[in-house]
Amino acid sequence: MKIRAQIGKVLNLDKCIGCHTCSVTCKQVWTNRDGVEYAWFNNVESKPGVGFPQQWENQELWHGGWQLGKGESLRPKIGGKWRILSKIFANPNLPQLDDYYEPFDFDYAALQNEKSEQVVTSVRPYSRITGQVMDKIEKGPNWEESLGTEFKQRSRDYNFRNIEKEIYGQFENSFLMFLPRLCEHCLNPTCVASCPSGSIYKREEDGIVLVDQEKCRGWRMCVSGCPYKKIYYNWHTGKSEKCVFCYPRIESGQPTVCSETCVGRIRYLGVMLYDADKIETAAATKNPEDAYQEQLDLFLNPHDPAVIEQARRDGISEAWIEAAQRSPVYRMIKEWKIAFPLHPEYRTLPMVWYIPPLSPIQEAASAGSLETLNGIPDINSLRIPVQYLANMLTAGDEVPVKAALNCLLALRAYMRRFQIENVRDTTLLQTTGLSEQQIQDMYRLLAIANYEDRFVVPTAHKEDAEDPYHQRGIAGFHFNQMTTSGKSRFSLWGQQGSRPEIRRHTGKGG
Amino acid sequence: MNWVEYFLFQIYPYFCLGIFVIGCWARFDRSQFSWRAESSEFLERRTLKWASNCFHVGVLGLMMGHAAGLLTPPQLTEALGLSAHAHQLLAVGAGSIFAFFAAIGGGGLIYRRLFNARVKATGRPTDLFILVFVYTQLWLGILGLPHSMMHSDGSTMEILGQWCRGVLIFRPDLANLLKPIPWIYKLHLVTGMTLFLLTPFTRLVHVISAPIWYIFRPGWQIVRQNRHVANDET
Repeated sequence: MKIRAQIGKVLNLDKCIGCHTCSVTCKQVWTNRDGVEYAWFNNVESKPGVGFPQQWENQELWHGGWQLGKGESLRPKIGGKWRILSKIFANPNLPQLDDYYEPFDFDYAALQNEKSEQVVTSVRPYSRITGQVMDKIEKGPNWEESLGTEFKQRSRDYNFRNIEKEIYGQFENSFLMFLPRLCEHCLNPTCVASCPSGSIYKREEDGIVLVDQEKCRGWRMCVSGCPYKKIYYNWHTGKSEKCVFCYPRIESGQPTVCSETCVGRIRYLGVMLYDADKIETAAATKNPEDAYQEQLDLFLNPHDPAVIEQARRDGISEAWIEAAQRSPVYRMIKEWKIAFPLHPEYRTLPMVWYIPPLSPIQEAASAGSLETLNGIPDINSLRIPVQYLANMLTAGDEVPVKAALNCLLALRAYMRRFQIENVRDTTLLQTTGLSEQQIQDMYRLLAIANYEDRFVVPTAHKEDAEDPYHQRGIAGFHFNQMTTSGKSRFSLWGQQGSRPEIRRHTGKGG
Repeated sequence: MNWVEYFLFQIYPYFCLGIFVIGCWARFDRSQFSWRAESSEFLERRTLKWASNCFHVGVLGLMMGHAAGLLTPPQLTEALGLSAHAHQLLAVGAGSIFAFFAAIGGGGLIYRRLFNARVKATGRPTDLFILVFVYTQLWLGILGLPHSMMHSDGSTMEILGQWCRGVLIFRPDLANLLKPIPWIYKLHLVTGMTLFLLTPFTRLVHVISAPIWYIFRPGWQIVRQNRHVANDET
């Protein structure tokens, strides 16, 4: 057993109102630059819909993620290493700008500068790539907002597979949910695997997946490899970019920008401990429907003395072990089992999980027109078909999704009686297998959602990695260069070896 | 001896190679962020799909052919049972095929760089310049083919090979060696050397980091420790 820690994330879709604050704040901080105008490290999709980029979920189209090859060994769906290299001159699986959208802006100054008072001035959109006026904006980062565009287009949604989808095109039966998406910081990332330069890596300390911008040579395979299409090609720098999980904030114990600014308070951050030795076996599970359970089994109980002992041996600090024990993410994923990975069938073992949304039901149920079971409305009469959610979150297996939805409904029913009638009706909890205390905890975390409960992020122990004493004065006056002392082994003009390496701690790493 | 020729074939090769080595090293060391392929496939693929494949296969084939043909000592080729005549026929044959692909692909690439609105708007002037330069070099090579076919005894090729190896082993009489060579080859040589000179200042550097070693990378995943990143131990 080799224990590693990762800052995991859970999004409570039941509370997402689709306000896009996360996307906008992320955009302002990270992708407000040339070359990534079109990129959204965080975006919110209206579902059902084809999403951004178009049909990203359909891997028959994009070939992202992993598949089981010969001898049931794991290999990227875009191909083995030779195959990937053969696509280097022209990559047939690379999404084009038009699969996202042509970034546009408006020439607002025209309104001010128009001299004529005879005509009403209007501004026309222009392309931020070519600068040319665009006749018509045909796509945007959130083109299907709140069921925009006709059902025929949106019904290409991959999650409709095995569903008679036609009836959901009727107004009375239509349903809507929001899906905020960011990089999944997977345990078994395909982007890392498919990078020929070896520039993408996963950080051992906190699991954040980053692109080394110095080492990236722009071969573009990661964009195809990632099944979530959360690696973006910066056409200006010729390098790939991705969500960095706001690592400078995470390192100092703060939540990511998208989490911090979420007005619905749907985002949770916490430490997960997992067994790194079992990653490959879990990802290579034969039946895709087992992928959720396999990943669940990777996560270790931070209260288990044996796990704590091993974690210490593997160099995880006390603060991180303690944070893992208080992790809201662990409770939702492992204890209550109400959160699920997004498309576990891609076999990347994603680390951003989702609590499935409830949908309108209760009003109709209390009016007597809907079935109730032990005082809890029947899950099958939810507006969003369970199969749809299961296709999204558990590779099609309805059972765990139903159990989670049942928990959420029971929580509501129990708390309603408790708060209105002051009755502790434990019979409502029988089908969930949860105790009263657990339901109270769940209520506190999901409904009250205090800041310090949502975000349990221990600070990174940078002092273990390097001696800050040697960092003083490194950012001084240099010709053209800021702080680097050269990147090649021989360091052409830098000051090589001026800094003796001191390793004070023996606690961390091997 | 003509001083122009003396400069071009005795001094210029070392000038180019020197700038090539130091320039690439300096760029890699000081500004590695600028070291990339700069693909524009994201903005335009329809033409690129066939043009880039043809061009790269052709040019890489030519590059390897030149390296093998010019740098292998004749003793070795003869020991392998390949006469000078056969050697030249092989070079002309294989070269023509690769040149055909490179010419078609390069044409496509130049076309899209000139006429595709997105590629045109986002590319830098040096991108077009270096592409046209490589393409010119390609055509200078192709224009040498008729002469090659007419004199297939392999003597010209042998001289060119001697010159190339001479550059690498610092022979002093390089310019004299090239006296009997037709001007078209000399032109091809000069632009070829200039290509080395230009490499560190253009996107051509991506050739050097062709990720062949990816094939030998053990496993799939890469995990880095903070301590190693901080201390440049990766």
